[in-house]
Amino acid sequence: MSAPTGPTDTPTTDDVVRSPRALARARRREALGRFARAYARNRAGMFGLASLLTIGVLALTAPLFIDPAHLTVTGAPGGSLEPPSAEFPLGTDNFGRSVLDLIIWGARVSLTVGLLATFVSVTLGTLAGITAGHFGSSGGLAGRLVSSVIMRVTDWFLVLPTLVLAVALAAVLPRGTGTIILAIGLTVWPPTARLVRAQTLAVEARPFVERARALGGGHAHVMGWHVLPNVMPVVLAQTTLLVATSIIAESTLAFLGMGDPTTISWGGILQAARTSGAISAGIWWYIVPPGLAIAVVALSFTLCGRAFESVMNPRLRGGSG
Amino acid sequence: MSGLLDVRDLHVTYAGSGGDVPAVRGLDLALDPGDTLGVAGESGSGKSTVALALLRLLPATARVTGHILLEGEDVLGMKWGRLRAVRWVGASVVFQGAMHSLNPVQRIGDQIAEPLILHGTVRPNQVASRVAELLEQVGLPASRSRDHPHQLSGGQRQRVMIAMALACEPRLIIADEATTALDVMIQAQILALLRGLVEETGIGMLMISHDLSVLAATCDRVAVMYAGRIVEEGPARDVVHRPAHPYASALSAAFPKIGDPASRLAPRGLPGDPPDPADPPSGCVFRPRCAVAASVCATVDPPLWPVHPENDGRSDRRAACVHVGPGVAGGAGGAGEISTEETSR
Amino acid sequence: MTTTPTEADGPTGAGTDDVPAPAAPGTGNRAWRVVTYVCGRLLTAAVSLFAVIVAGFFLFRILPGDPVRAMTEGREVTAEQREELRRQFGLDQPLWRQFLDYAEGLLRFDLGISFQYREPVVDLILERLGPTILLAGTGTVIAALLGLFLGARAGWRPGGRGDRTNTAVALFFWSVPTFWLGLLLIVLLASGRGFMPGLFPTGGMVDPGLSGPLERALSTAQHMVLPVTTMVAVIYAQYLMIMRSSLMDEKGADYLTTARAKGLRDALVRRRHAVPNALLPTVTLIFLNLGQVVSGVILVETVFSWPGLGQLFYSGLQVPDLGLVQGLFVVFAASVILMNLLADLVYPLLDPRVRP
Repeated sequence: MSAPTGPTDTPTTDDVVRSPRALARARRREALGRFARAYARNRAGMFGLASLLTIGVLALTAPLFIDPAHLTVTGAPGGSLEPPSAEFPLGTDNFGRSVLDLIIWGARVSLTVGLLATFVSVTLGTLAGITAGHFGSSGGLAGRLVSSVIMRVTDWFLVLPTLVLAVALAAVLPRGTGTIILAIGLTVWPPTARLVRAQTLAVEARPFVERARALGGGHAHVMGWHVLPNVMPVVLAQTTLLVATSIIAESTLAFLGMGDPTTISWGGILQAARTSGAISAGIWWYIVPPGLAIAVVALSFTLCGRAFESVMNPRLRGGSG
Repeated sequence: MSGLLDVRDLHVTYAGSGGDVPAVRGLDLALDPGDTLGVAGESGSGKSTVALALLRLLPATARVTGHILLEGEDVLGMKWGRLRAVRWVGASVVFQGAMHSLNPVQRIGDQIAEPLILHGTVRPNQVASRVAELLEQVGLPASRSRDHPHQLSGGQRQRVMIAMALACEPRLIIADEATTALDVMIQAQILALLRGLVEETGIGMLMISHDLSVLAATCDRVAVMYAGRIVEEGPARDVVHRPAHPYASALSAAFPKIGDPASRLAPRGLPGDPPDPADPPSGCVFRPRCAVAASVCATVDPPLWPVHPENDGRSDRRAACVHVGPGVAGGAGGAGEISTEETSR
Repeated sequence: MTTTPTEADGPTGAGTDDVPAPAAPGTGNRAWRVVTYVCGRLLTAAVSLFAVIVAGFFLFRILPGDPVRAMTEGREVTAEQREELRRQFGLDQPLWRQFLDYAEGLLRFDLGISFQYREPVVDLILERLGPTILLAGTGTVIAALLGLFLGARAGWRPGGRGDRTNTAVALFFWSVPTFWLGLLLIVLLASGRGFMPGLFPTGGMVDPGLSGPLERALSTAQHMVLPVTTMVAVIYAQYLMIMRSSLMDEKGADYLTTARAKGLRDALVRRRHAVPNALLPTVTLIFLNLGQVVSGVILVETVFSWPGLGQLFYSGLQVPDLGLVQGLFVVFAASVILMNLLADLVYPLLDPRVRP
């Protein structure tokens, strides 16, 4: 075969030979390229992406330049609460550990928890949203009932104070990172469910879903093969925004003392700073950097999510479009 | 030179992402006090753009050039303060589909009173009585001033819109599709109301509609717009019953009687779509849809020519078609000597 | 002539005879519809409240497996002490019995006994309700006013310089953890170390030893500055974004063209016509987001040692005092549900279109 021809070219023998699957793949690749080009034009989105990549690489490679022994209370290399110096660019904590090292190491836990909690909540929200949307638009009486019950539950969760619920969950379950992930994942899914439901309703109204149903496609087939792929772009943007929420929630739970005291996370560092009296003593290097790290990561995810959204839905972009 | 409104060589261009889109391309209109002028055309012919352009109500993406003389003063050259003072006092607008043109969360009495207070038309203690008077003038009981728009029927909302337009006793009323969303009976009532008001008060009215028969029933003169230009203009009766331009005759045939929403988008018997304003065809823009197009039409973009000038050397009708141009006898369809090879697709 | 309510005053479009509808349409039916509407909302709220009660029971009695173990985690307790606790909290009873006791207690506003304070939870809550309402109320009102004001400006000229600045600042504050902002303000403005003198107290609600009511009020106001600032900074952003998008939705509306045609200045078109319409959807969303205010107040009170419900919640978590945490969980959730009910009942008074 010669060089691949774009879908805009006039049909050649090559195109005839290629399977529909290959054609679909080519079309998808082109759409992805278009998306990437549009995204690259969004300056805030590129900033977010760049900062996330930097932080991600730092977190992944941390063991290469940080000795975990230096992060233990006993193996701390410096004196207690040393101000920033050449050796410790962000000073030390009350045990003499380098705050900069703590923050880089803390990124590992904070990002992991943020991503996993997001995964839990996006899965939950997508399941609830697609089910509610699908049966709400095309189910029988029982289906409609299921749909409205799901939406009632979603609304109930939506109204409740997220933090109170997450804290309560974290308080009654055994301490640990898994609990934190679960507590966040189980409480921040309702907005996703609402969004996915609305999108599902929009997709199901389109003719190709009608056709699939007329051809005898069952509920699972329609939901999995036709609705889900078309809902994914919206879910993706929502996911990016949710990671920001989850990371802030993780730090908040850790700050309230719900976290695993043996792991190092950004919220945990702040909690340690507070309990060690660094706040009223005005030890700024112990307090400013962890919060800035949280803010930068959360902001970066938010910027990426908004860029996704605006690329997919130009109306949101604002301006005279 | 006309007394009330004189529009000369009006151009409106929308700046779009894919380049400029001309919506109005060199439009002339003239209106004397006490006269009514109708502007007809399909959706997309630019007629609503004209209505908004007269008071500079178009969005910032629209570029407007030419002259709009309202009582001798050029609207396009006005400072913002002067323009605001002229709005609603010099000319007011009865908008289409009064449901969305009225603020849904404000009582209609307050909406009618708003321009009265703003322009100081009446003393503050007389505002309420003036509102009541206006409502009664359009056939609504004064007690309805406390209602919200959704509590009124479509016809009632249109009446409120008219009462509002009359509030500051403007010299000119622009009625933009004022009866479009209404059904036939209500449409007739509103038209009668508008006609009566013009007769009583001697104001000028510019009436914009896609429905030629509505204009025929209301207006003294009618101008037919196509693709941002006037293609025929003359006394209402003549334009409707003996159209000279092929497009006017298609439009006229499409509305045998008042109010038929089905034929709104594409007049019956007229194949094809209006031209893409960003990429108009060469020559006469109506050529691709014209049943009597000639080869000359591909190169000549005819200006407005007097129709039948040979009768007494002058005419009050003009049309932009080579078939009515100088040296061509007869109106539309009477162009036997010109081959019709270039017909519509 | 009898008319059904929908014909009498619904937005029915043009009737064929276009007779003006009577000025006070269907008064009797209308009263009936108001009653149905209110009852429906009350029922929904009641179901939600019941769900909260069940959730509270499930969370704190069933999920931990053994609540006593959860309560005494990390402490030396003898078997007798466990048994004593078990009896004291009624945990030796069968589950359904426990639930009935708990639900019946709630009806009498009995939220149980605090393990830590050895006092009825209700008394503890009532003691600290005032400070929380003062803090949360002030913070929410200021945040709502600020957010709506800035959001209306940003949404009117989307993409403009003001919009970009406003959105950027709002996004930044939204991305910042509430508690960290509080800590930062303390370090900057209260600790007295570093660059700034200690302008404000680091925590508490009123300086001890003040007797005059005016002195106490002034001291409270001074103590409130930093907590309220923190709350406003974190909450106002979402109000701004909601108002902004709501106004952007209204921007193309026809009635705004009418308002402009009347000769109104741009600012008046926005204030008098666009904002009132954009405000209505915003109000619902603001009430829907009240849960965030509760979350915010817990963190702010914890950081600033403000003697309110949030701090009580935090202290209950540290022990852990599950009875207290459970009681507060129910109170927080119920208050949000009640505020939403209030919003549902008030909304029709604000928006004539949805008036039943």
